[in-house]
Amino acid sequence: MDVTVMQDAIPVNKKRRMNKVSIPVEILFHLIMIAFCLLCIVPFVFVVVISFTAQESIRSIGYSFTPLAYSLDAYNYILKLGTQLWRSYFNSFFITAVGTFFSMLVTIMYSYALFRTDFKFRGFFNFFCFFTMLFGGGLAPTYVMCKTVLGLSDSYAAIIIPMLLNPFNIIVMRTFFITSIPRELIDAAFIDGSGEYSTLFRIIIPISKPGIATVSLLTALAYWNEWFIPMLYVRDAKFIPLQYLLMQMQTKVDFLVKNSGVIGAEASSIMSSLPADSLKMALVVLIVVPIAFAYPFFQKYIISGLTIGSVKG
Amino acid sequence: MGLETAENKGTKKEKRQLLTSKNSKTLLLTTMVLPGAIWFFLLRYVPMAGIVLAFKNYKVYTKKPTFWNNLIHSKWVGFKNFEFLFKTTDSRIYIRNTLVYNICWIILGLVVSVAFAIILNELTKKFLAKFYQTLMFFPYFLSWVVASYFVLAFLDPTRGLIDNYLISHGKDAIDWYNQAGYWPVILTLCNVWKNTGYSTILYLAAITGIDPTLYEAAEIDGAGKWQQIKNITLPAIRPMISILLIMNVGKIFNSDFGLFFTVPMNSGSLFSTTQVIDTYIYRVMTATNNIGMSTAGSIMQNLVGFVFIVVANRIVRKIDEDSSLF
Repeated sequence: MDVTVMQDAIPVNKKRRMNKVSIPVEILFHLIMIAFCLLCIVPFVFVVVISFTAQESIRSIGYSFTPLAYSLDAYNYILKLGTQLWRSYFNSFFITAVGTFFSMLVTIMYSYALFRTDFKFRGFFNFFCFFTMLFGGGLAPTYVMCKTVLGLSDSYAAIIIPMLLNPFNIIVMRTFFITSIPRELIDAAFIDGSGEYSTLFRIIIPISKPGIATVSLLTALAYWNEWFIPMLYVRDAKFIPLQYLLMQMQTKVDFLVKNSGVIGAEASSIMSSLPADSLKMALVVLIVVPIAFAYPFFQKYIISGLTIGSVKG
Repeated sequence: MGLETAENKGTKKEKRQLLTSKNSKTLLLTTMVLPGAIWFFLLRYVPMAGIVLAFKNYKVYTKKPTFWNNLIHSKWVGFKNFEFLFKTTDSRIYIRNTLVYNICWIILGLVVSVAFAIILNELTKKFLAKFYQTLMFFPYFLSWVVASYFVLAFLDPTRGLIDNYLISHGKDAIDWYNQAGYWPVILTLCNVWKNTGYSTILYLAAITGIDPTLYEAAEIDGAGKWQQIKNITLPAIRPMISILLIMNVGKIFNSDFGLFFTVPMNSGSLFSTTQVIDTYIYRVMTATNNIGMSTAGSIMQNLVGFVFIVVANRIVRKIDEDSSLF
């Protein structure tokens, strides 16, 4: 009797905002959220506006949300003299794609072996990986080692290899295996005569797609946004990715022209008419646009990876 | 007869298979970890041996400048590098900056993101809550280099939005990139801007995991919203708060290199408020090429971090056994 009364009562109560904050408070909450969300995206919108602003407008009233005149000059310049720029844009994509592929291959194999409780050296390799989270040699010894002993400099490998593995990603991947793969599946595969590698690549990987998506996205994001490693190991403009190019342009705008293959009088005429301010901002837009369009779709994978990593890590 | 031998052969073969398969399994699984293990060895463990550099005056040996030659021909200097690390006038500044920024940001980040998570959870229009969550997650995906241009758009001394506004309203422009006093506020804003979305999502995930019948029972017992937050929500997310707190306290002597290096545009006149240990270690290494002192800095960073994480964990365990990390 009591039970049925309760069951009836709850939906009725829900209709009149059961256990909700009052309407004025909710409006206040919305206002706070809207204010903070604006803070998060307005800087990017501002930079987009600046990238389309004519140089005369910038000269007379500075950067503004409502410029005096719009122009496509910055993007025209990028199209015209963008040898270095397109090279760097390509480098960013290339490093992200190749780096993520190899990083995932190594990460998956490592975390799969750690997931196998019947692996004899599991304890050792577990410790071998996670100890590096607690203790490390630090910047200078790592830099000296990579540079002099491993010979990492001025190549794609010099950017890809230093960030190939991350113990955090191995934890996330292993946790995904533990929560989603029943042990019986591996036994069954073994009884059916499947070898270790074919079990991993033909059975485990196809059913772990959500976990792999999560870790790949975290890895790809890290490669796409990296500028510190190139700053350490790369001097040759051929290999620098867009992020580092942008970093260098903080101090030297002429960097673009210097490396564009245009020389002499032509270069100086380009320099003098360079829409320097809007050009920098246009580069920022080019870096952010792929992320801005992609992240709403992949954020759910990233969130699941981050929550797992923070709880288990 | 022929049948029997075939059967015999079969069982023998199976036995041998079982035996070798155990060994081959270990072997195959070992080959799987090998690429990763080699990477950890070369890029994480070998550099740990580089710790000796902190006790040496590392010089490039000009005759044959390989790492081992440099190392062998560099002089032992004992704890000199550590002494210099603390004796310079810079040391007070970067140690103070690192600690003060971290302590303030840990507290601020905790309060803001827990508050935001509770707010998002209370909103009745779930699609709007999702929408806000997506927007505030956006800065997390950007690099500090990109963010430094966002800041520049507002603070540029000649083109920036704020200075142009000040000038057009008859006030003096502020030379942001040379006035150290403003930077604690600017950097704090940047930090909140970039990280709030991420930690809000972590806390929100913990809050949505709370059993809703708890709130219904509290409502029936006449508990107000504030009491529910105090007695249900906060206790339920306490483990998450502790874990993030311990991890952040463990990183108290580390700082976000990108933020402190790129956003102030590497401006020397701002060092009194923007120099932190990570930027100091980098600058010592690149500008003065003092590998030994830079290594000493990293070691100190590691040791302090390790001590802090153990102490923080012990304190949390004293207060609440279940919330500790290890």
